[in-house]
Parts: sequence; C-alpha cells; structure tokens
Amino acid sequence: MNKKNVIEAQNLTKMFGDFTAVNAISFDVKKGEIFGFLGANGAGKTTAMKMLIGISKPTSGAAKVAGFDVFTNAEDIKKNIGYMSQKFALYDDLTVKENITFFGGIYGLSRKSIKEKSAVLIEELGLEKVASKLVGSLPLGWKQKLSFSVSLLHDPKIVFLDEPTGGVDPITRRQFWEMIYKAANQGTTVFVTTHYMDEAEYCDRVSIMVNGKIEALDTPKKLKQQFNVANMNDVFLKLARG
Amino acid sequence: MLPIIFVLPLLQLVILSNAATFEVKNIKFGYIDNDHSSTSRALVEKFNASTYFNVLTDFPSEALASASMLKGEVDVLLQIPHYFERDLQKEKQNSLGVTINAIDGAAAGVENVYVTQIVQRFNQNIKVDLSQVSDKQIQPITIETIPLFWYNKTLNYKTFMVPGILVLLVTMITLFLSGMNIVREKEIGTLEQINVTPIKKSQFIIGKLFPFWVIGMGLLTVGLILAKVIFNVPMLGSLPLMYLYTSIYILVILGIGLFISNFTDTQQQAMFIAWFFTVIFILMSGLFTPIESMPKWAQTLTEFNPIRYFVEVMRMVMLKGSGFNDILPQLLKTALYAFVMNGLAVWSYKKTN
Repeated sequence: MNKKNVIEAQNLTKMFGDFTAVNAISFDVKKGEIFGFLGANGAGKTTAMKMLIGISKPTSGAAKVAGFDVFTNAEDIKKNIGYMSQKFALYDDLTVKENITFFGGIYGLSRKSIKEKSAVLIEELGLEKVASKLVGSLPLGWKQKLSFSVSLLHDPKIVFLDEPTGGVDPITRRQFWEMIYKAANQGTTVFVTTHYMDEAEYCDRVSIMVNGKIEALDTPKKLKQQFNVANMNDVFLKLARG
Repeated sequence: MLPIIFVLPLLQLVILSNAATFEVKNIKFGYIDNDHSSTSRALVEKFNASTYFNVLTDFPSEALASASMLKGEVDVLLQIPHYFERDLQKEKQNSLGVTINAIDGAAAGVENVYVTQIVQRFNQNIKVDLSQVSDKQIQPITIETIPLFWYNKTLNYKTFMVPGILVLLVTMITLFLSGMNIVREKEIGTLEQINVTPIKKSQFIIGKLFPFWVIGMGLLTVGLILAKVIFNVPMLGSLPLMYLYTSIYILVILGIGLFISNFTDTQQQAMFIAWFFTVIFILMSGLFTPIESMPKWAQTLTEFNPIRYFVEVMRMVMLKGSGFNDILPQLLKTALYAFVMNGLAVWSYKKTN
C-alpha cells in the first residue's frame, strides 16, 4: 500500500441478489485529501461507503481503509474512522454533553480527555447554552455540526460524511465546510458525498458514480476541462444523463 | 416512560388478580316445579340458600324457560318432575332434569358440580328422613370425602393467581422492551452509527439489556410487595431464592427479545412477533389451564415455555415454601434456556451485513 493512500479500492463490488449496486469501482484517496463522492440518488454512493466503513461486506474486489482490509479487519477500520450518516444519528433523548460522553466512551477515550474535548467542542460550536438540553430539541443545522464534531472526537484518520449538508441552510453549510477544511488541514482525510455541486468545487478531487460505476475521477478543474463546461453542475448533468 | 413501565403492570396485577378467578358465582338459576310439594320446595330452598346461586324465577312452562335461557337470563335450569315427592318416597329414587347453558364450557362444568353437590346433600337428608319412617331399614353407609387443600387451604384464587400474574407482568414488560429497543435504534439510525464504532458486540448487548434486567427485577420487587400488602399472599419460601431464579429467568426473556430484534426491521414487526410468543407462552404456561390436562404434544411443547417454569417456581416457593433443591430442575432448565437464547441472540446480532 502506498504510504500516502489511506483508502485503496480495487474492483470493489456489491450485489444484492441479481442487482449490482456497486460495480467494480477502483480508486485511491490520499492522506489529508477532501475526496468528493458524487452521484445521482441510487447510483450506489451510500452502498460503496458502507463497504468502506466496515458495515457491509463487499461481494468481491478488495479495499483497504487506514491500512486495514475491509474483509478481515473491519473492526480495526472502525477504530480509525469517523462516520456521519445521512440520517442524524446521535441520540435525540440524550443531552449534547451526554452524547459526547457516550461516543467518546465507545471510542475508548479517557474520562479526562472526554471532559476536555467536550468543553472545547461545545465552545467551538457555540453550544454552551444548550449543552444540557436534549439533542432532539436542537435545530437541524446545529445537530449536523454537532454530529460532525462527534465523529471527529477520537481524532480519526479518515472521516466519512454521507450527505452531511442535506437540508441545512446556506450559512450553516458554509460553516460546515469551514469545519471540513479545518479537519483536513489537521491531517484528517475527508470522504464526503453530496448533491450540492458548489460543494463539489470545494473538494480536492471528485469522483462521479453513475449506475454503480465510477465514470469520472479527477480534480474539479480538470473535470470541467475534460467535459468542456463552466461548472461542476454541467459535468454532473452530462455524466448522469449519459 | 419509566412511570408507565411500573404503573401499568402493577395496575394490571391488582385488577387481574381480583378479576381472573375460576370461581363461578351469582349463577342465574331458574326452575320448573311441576310437583309443588314440600320436598320440591325444600330442594329449591337449598339452591336459594347457596351463595353461588341467585334463584330467579319459577317458570310455569318449559317453553318459557327455554326462551329465557336463549336470551341468557338463566344459566342453570332445574326441572322437577310431576309426583317428585311421591315417587321419591315410593321408589326411593327419582331423577331431576338439569339444563346448563354451556356457552362457557368451564363455567358449565363448575355449575354442574355445584348442582350435583346440592342435590346429593339434599338426597342424603331425604334418606335420613325416610329411614326414620321404617326402622327396619338398614342405614345406608355413605362414604364421605373430606378434602384437604394443602398449600392453599381455603382455595383462595388470589393466592393462586397473584404469583402467576406477577410472572406474566415481569415477562411481558421485559420481552416487549427488549424486543422493541434495538429495532427502534435500527429505525432511527443510531444502530448504524453504533455499528461503525469499534464497540464490541458483547459490550453493546450487555449495555442494551442490563437496564431491562434491572427494570424486571424492580418490577418483581414492587409486585411482591403489592402481593403481600394488598392480597396477603403467603410467602413461605425464601426471597433470595425467588430473586435468584428471576435473575436467570429474565435473561431468557431478554435473549428472546434481542433475538426478535435482530430479525425484524420495524417496531411493528417486533411487536407482532413478541405478542405471538407471549400469547402462546401465557396460555400454555399452566397459569390458567393445568398442563396435565393438555394433550401430550402440547405438554411436550410446554417444556420450551419459560413462563411455565417461572409460574411453577413462583407458586412452589411462595405457596409451598420449596427450597433450592426442589426447584433445581426448573433452575437448570432455565439456565440452559438463557444460555442458548443469549448465544443465539449474540450470534445473530451482526455489526457487518
């Protein structure tokens, strides 16, 4: 494995019965990179991501995440990654602090370090006033930022974000991307799926999935040149419409 | 949620223990007296005196009586034939017609026993009267049985039902809570988040089930207190033994709940399956109908019914004062059951699909 690659996938395939959800995709993601994983609804993005984070066994192919094989060392992968799903997945009936403590505990952080990180995190997100409120009562944008911060709690090598900005307002989206940049600057690799093409422009490299296959993979700039269009939106439309 | 978990079952305990009784009382009794003699009136008076029968009416005709039973106004109908007194004295025997509304078979059976007892007792009295008339007659030798009801001397149904109903409540609450819990996390998506963490299967399952185990034990405690305070159910056996057994028993139920959780995707499905098993377990537990009177195949099935063992143990320990060695067979079977169910549950819970 190339030392600089934190994700390597070769011909990764997932089939559900006769249906091929992910069809032999191959790609590498470098350390510290913001990797955009694009595709229409149902193109197979989430399925591909689930294989990489070790909760779905690939049908065939090979993949290594953070140096561990997805077939044999899924639990080791889980120690080294953070994940934020499409659905908000913190516990609505726990408070902000309790959620942080709970997930910190699961990742084996010490009580002391949980306390420190929790204080920093709450301050950075400006959640001091609601720290003891149930997460379920927070607005969606706040929840998403909290969810992202919680996924970074154990300093993972890679963080997987599945449509993290779905349904949030433009200001929060902007703040969210600032958080992503900050994480990337600190050396965390960011693997993100999105439907917002302006967000695709922020990524270092972008892959576009169509019907289970990766049809394009390059920097946003080169993709625009390749398809001879002005923005990522048009790149996406050209590819997705076929 | 916590108040609901505790208040509703205890309400059930109080209501069900008072209501779920096999005693048949206030039987609506009607009769057709074709004889109008002192003997027939004395017989009717016997029924009137019984606390089980409410003597309703003297029906002038069979047709009216039948119509009344059809309407459900009468449960038991006694027909006293013409010349009842005369024939009884002349032939020393006679027969009475008894019609019982058997829509509820169990109640009809009990009513039949009551009627027979009253008539027999009445009959003995007659024999005594008759024997006084002719001294030469040999006194009939009657064999009387004097039943002694051990462990529940007065056949108090509450004593009998309370331990059983307490068993049901502990079972239902722990089964439904554990069965729904992980499915709920599947529905809201937190389970996926948990599956992406390095948490160990055993840690997750213990963390999930332990609270329900505590709730189950808490429910048992409050239930036992109520049983003592409200129903004054005897507690002859040792409390620690009851707790030891229950602590293992709840593990079985939690294992079943978790197993259900693993194979369902929605809370409705989990509820449906949990309910299916609960009904079978309850009706085949020996709580309402004795296991001995079930067909052979059903008796074999009850070997796999955890509630059966719990009911047996609770009744044995509470009413009979059974000790550790007495309940050892049930204890071992339950422990094995717990081991198998939890093994299956842990095995079927998969972090990776």
